[in-house]
Amino acid sequence: MIRTEHVVELTYLTATVLFILALKWMSSPSTARRGVRVGEVGMVLAIAGTLLHREITDYTWIAVALVLGTIIGVPLGLVRMTAVPQRTALSHAFGALCVTLVGTAKFYLQAPSVPRFTMAVLSLEVILGSLTFTGSLMAAGKLQELLPQRPITYRGQNLVNLSLLALAVLIAAGLVDDPGRTWLFPWIILIPLVFGVLMIIPIGGADMPTVISLLNSYAGLSAAAMGFVLDNKLLIVAGALDGASGFILSVNMSKAMNRSFTNVLFGAFGQEQIRPDAGDEAQTVKSATAEEAADILEAASKVMIVPGYGMAVAQAQHKVRELYDALTRRGVDVKFGIHPVAGRMPGHMNVLLAEADIPYDRLLDLDEANAELPGADVALVIGANDVTNPSARNDASSPIHGMPILDVDKARTVMVIKRSLSAGFAGIDNPLYYLDHTIMLFGDARSFVGEIVRELTGGSKH
Amino acid sequence: MDGDLLTSLYVFLLAGFIGFEVIRRVSPLLHTPLMSLTNALDAIAVVGAIIVAGEAKSTLATVLGTIAIVAATSNLVGGFLITDRMLGMFKASTPRK
Repeated sequence: MIRTEHVVELTYLTATVLFILALKWMSSPSTARRGVRVGEVGMVLAIAGTLLHREITDYTWIAVALVLGTIIGVPLGLVRMTAVPQRTALSHAFGALCVTLVGTAKFYLQAPSVPRFTMAVLSLEVILGSLTFTGSLMAAGKLQELLPQRPITYRGQNLVNLSLLALAVLIAAGLVDDPGRTWLFPWIILIPLVFGVLMIIPIGGADMPTVISLLNSYAGLSAAAMGFVLDNKLLIVAGALDGASGFILSVNMSKAMNRSFTNVLFGAFGQEQIRPDAGDEAQTVKSATAEEAADILEAASKVMIVPGYGMAVAQAQHKVRELYDALTRRGVDVKFGIHPVAGRMPGHMNVLLAEADIPYDRLLDLDEANAELPGADVALVIGANDVTNPSARNDASSPIHGMPILDVDKARTVMVIKRSLSAGFAGIDNPLYYLDHTIMLFGDARSFVGEIVRELTGGSKH
Repeated sequence: MDGDLLTSLYVFLLAGFIGFEVIRRVSPLLHTPLMSLTNALDAIAVVGAIIVAGEAKSTLATVLGTIAIVAATSNLVGGFLITDRMLGMFKASTPRK
């Protein structure tokens, strides 16, 4: 005789396998959508199994909540691609909210007779959950530009933050010692909620890719802790997978920005640094018109386009696609070199270009692009700055020294579309602009690319 | 009790290793959809919320559980939807010549 509990466990086991397969199939764009399908099947199975649970006596609120969640979820699944980073941050907040609320409910249902280990994991669950909740909301607010993007710092900031976290851990220890001290419990929610806000305040816009990944990791770990509390293996697995994924991405992002984890969290990098020497000012740059740029591109056989977030800000990706089409039709080999931090979250630039219908096999990552750049006739930089700065490679005194960059200066000709010679995020002058084989194309990315396309397609009107 | 805990720890560690190995192989091309997918999978926390809300052991638990279901479900629905939308945009170039 098969009992209901066994059926439930079997659906969880199947879902576990399907979740792992889902991530495995994410390794290639050709199988990735299959991964989404099996993930969905696993999810539906697990939820259906859960609804069979005998402890459930009332389905009214469950039904209401499922419907309400769907109503909120659909628009969140339909946001513009440029808004994906803030949507992702928001979903980390929702995930963390769910975990914190369930942890809280569990505590008050069981207190004062909570086993010590359960109490310890439960504390971890609500502390991580609460700080991820407010931290993610802050990150979403900054990305949506509802909050100031600039880092806000003050003296002793790190000390204040760390003391708060330490205090929360101390209170949690008091609860583990005696879970009957229920009056302590609200504090391990409230303090981390405040900590989450303070943690994000000093972090600037350029560090968002790392922060989002880190919050992703926290959200996953808090869900895994919830799995321990509920003794639910499926939840432990899903949380561990999410935690691992967020961790890998955070490490990737920190490496791509040449910074350590702690530096991102405690460094407040985004402030403009004042360069001591103004000697560079006298250097001259070469500039060209759209017509001249079109001639150079037309004569090339290999072109590498290097897009930065400035391209997305100028909404130029569709014009860039037209440029890609025009050049490809003339037999020019066009590829895109994409820096890991080009965008507001890991992989963001790829999604923006894919949305503009640029085939994914034309999108090269850092290593692939650097292998091809020395053989390229033209490197066309659109809205990127620091990630192309050669001083990261050869100027030991530069603040970005050691940061992996796209070696656009190794291409035969470098063209940079830029509004002016102003410094990038890191506030550092870019010697690339003064090289002999660099041509500056001054103007708005979108209209300039549009003009080049007009020249190339022959419909010149000026 | 201790046996359960130990099993859970094994599960956590092994899942973590699988996660590292599987996710390391995901190309940077797909890192954004990867994050939205793991986010959607993380919404499996909804099963915990469903039990808390459905047990109806206390009003507080039912209220918290219900809000938790709403939060997790919106992640689940939105997460899968946007992942699939993004992946649908990734097209290979049509072979020329």
